[in-house]
Amino acid sequence: MSENNAKASVAAQSSQGTTQPGTRAGGNPGSFIQVKNVWQQYGDQVVLERLNLNIAEGEFCTLVGASGCGKSTFLRLLLGQEAPSRGEILLDGQPLADEPDASRGVVFQRYSVFPHLTVLDNVALGLELPRAPLLGRLLGRRKRDAREQAAQMLHKVGLGHALDKYPAQLSGGMQQRLAIAQALVMKPRVLLLDEPFGALDPGIRKDMHELLLELWRETRLTVFMVTHDLSEGFTLGSRILVFDKPRIDPHAPGAYGARVTYDIPLHEGRHAPGASAGLPTALADSFRTAYQGA
Amino acid sequence: MRLINRTPSRSGWLALAILPFALLLALYLTSSTQRLELNPNDKLLPSFGQMSATVERLAFTPDKRSGDYLFWQDTASSLKRLGSGLAIAAVAGLCLGVAAGTLPLFGAPLSPLLTVLSMVPPLAILPILFIVFGLGELSKVMLIVIGITPILARDLEQRAREIPRELLIKAQTLGANTWTLILRLVLPQLLPRLLISLRLVLGSAWLFLIAAEAIASTDGLGYRIFLVRRYMAMDVILPYVAWITLLAWAMDFSLRRLTQLLFPWYEGAKA
Repeated sequence: MSENNAKASVAAQSSQGTTQPGTRAGGNPGSFIQVKNVWQQYGDQVVLERLNLNIAEGEFCTLVGASGCGKSTFLRLLLGQEAPSRGEILLDGQPLADEPDASRGVVFQRYSVFPHLTVLDNVALGLELPRAPLLGRLLGRRKRDAREQAAQMLHKVGLGHALDKYPAQLSGGMQQRLAIAQALVMKPRVLLLDEPFGALDPGIRKDMHELLLELWRETRLTVFMVTHDLSEGFTLGSRILVFDKPRIDPHAPGAYGARVTYDIPLHEGRHAPGASAGLPTALADSFRTAYQGA
Repeated sequence: MRLINRTPSRSGWLALAILPFALLLALYLTSSTQRLELNPNDKLLPSFGQMSATVERLAFTPDKRSGDYLFWQDTASSLKRLGSGLAIAAVAGLCLGVAAGTLPLFGAPLSPLLTVLSMVPPLAILPILFIVFGLGELSKVMLIVIGITPILARDLEQRAREIPRELLIKAQTLGANTWTLILRLVLPQLLPRLLISLRLVLGSAWLFLIAAEAIASTDGLGYRIFLVRRYMAMDVILPYVAWITLLAWAMDFSLRRLTQLLFPWYEGAKA
């Protein structure tokens, strides 16, 4: 795992250590995803302000921060579920499609799998839908091929024994494995994870970390993962983005939004405790609960 | 032990379930015997012997005038009307519900309309139906359709809205367009709910059917009941009511079994 982090961080930004937001100018043509001066506000409530990021292909970005700091909002922007109020996000130089599509896979904390389909059909669905715009399903030989491919994917995530079960018969961890398989079978360029392991037991979470890193190593896709768990952020990520509100007006809590206050490329041998020690005490304090819970 | 924590045993449960039916039956039998003792020609509470004689006459001997077996003919025409009404309403309700609940552009004009339409008392517009569709089969079927379609549509619209947003987004990341998303995600998730809604509106459907048959018909279960009302022929009315109840219960039961059979995932997903 650690050598991968090292590889990824080479591919990542040249600047090292903690950097302040806004110091990187957008428009670096080499980067895969460019976030250019993005604001997101709902009415008077500013959630995100002045986000500028360049993300190289193959990076594993973990998004951490206190609740309500816009991590999930940022993920929704990347997903295309919402459009930014100001600014733009470029994927490979092209503006991001403003609705979810097959180029970006997603795994939510809950409700990621279809309860009415068996495990096998849940994954095969992703192979059927793009090829059958009228019926939504493949027939005959093509259907068998899709199912075979889906079964291979499921064996890879360790669900080979549960192909004919319905999701309700699976444990929480197995449901998330299924959701990951479902997303990966589409071979997306970007994988978005919104607290995918938040509802899982610590032991199972650890297995899931291994699985995810293995798959990331193999596919080299660009991953964004929102997590409440700081150590999870440090263990998994090749780059960690900390969301926080630098300014707070006590009379108008919605006046200022969150920004990326720390953008840390992670290195080989860097472990969670040592890395978090580098954070200011105030920030580390705000994470303490999540950190201890890990 | 507190009442809330006490549960009947398996056999106790069965006995308790049968008890109210047995009580009602006993009450009827004693009152019927009492009245018939006082006046053997009393028509209000016929004995079981009188009723079975009537059923025998209606169901198992051909009618003198037409040569038909009236009971079965009534049953067949009523079930035909009820079945076509329910089928049309189910399809219409499903389409409207899916459109209004899934697509905001369709929901904006449809959902207030459905709310208002579901408030129109269907029996109040029965005369209009007779004028528009004539006195034939169509107006009776239309009464059922108009009566229950808005209820089905509103229920399914609500269920469609309850499908988690995450699932709709996930389907789009798997390459679904609007049509295939409805076909592979929304529709399969709503079908079991449609069967459950149908069970709930079965009572209203029977009500509309009998009302329509009572007013303008030449056969049907409701027609027969209202025809013999003028002779106070309780020996016909009571078996007919019992038969209708049995039919309605059987439909409810088979819809429930069908839901379990076709959608094994449904109960699991609820838990």
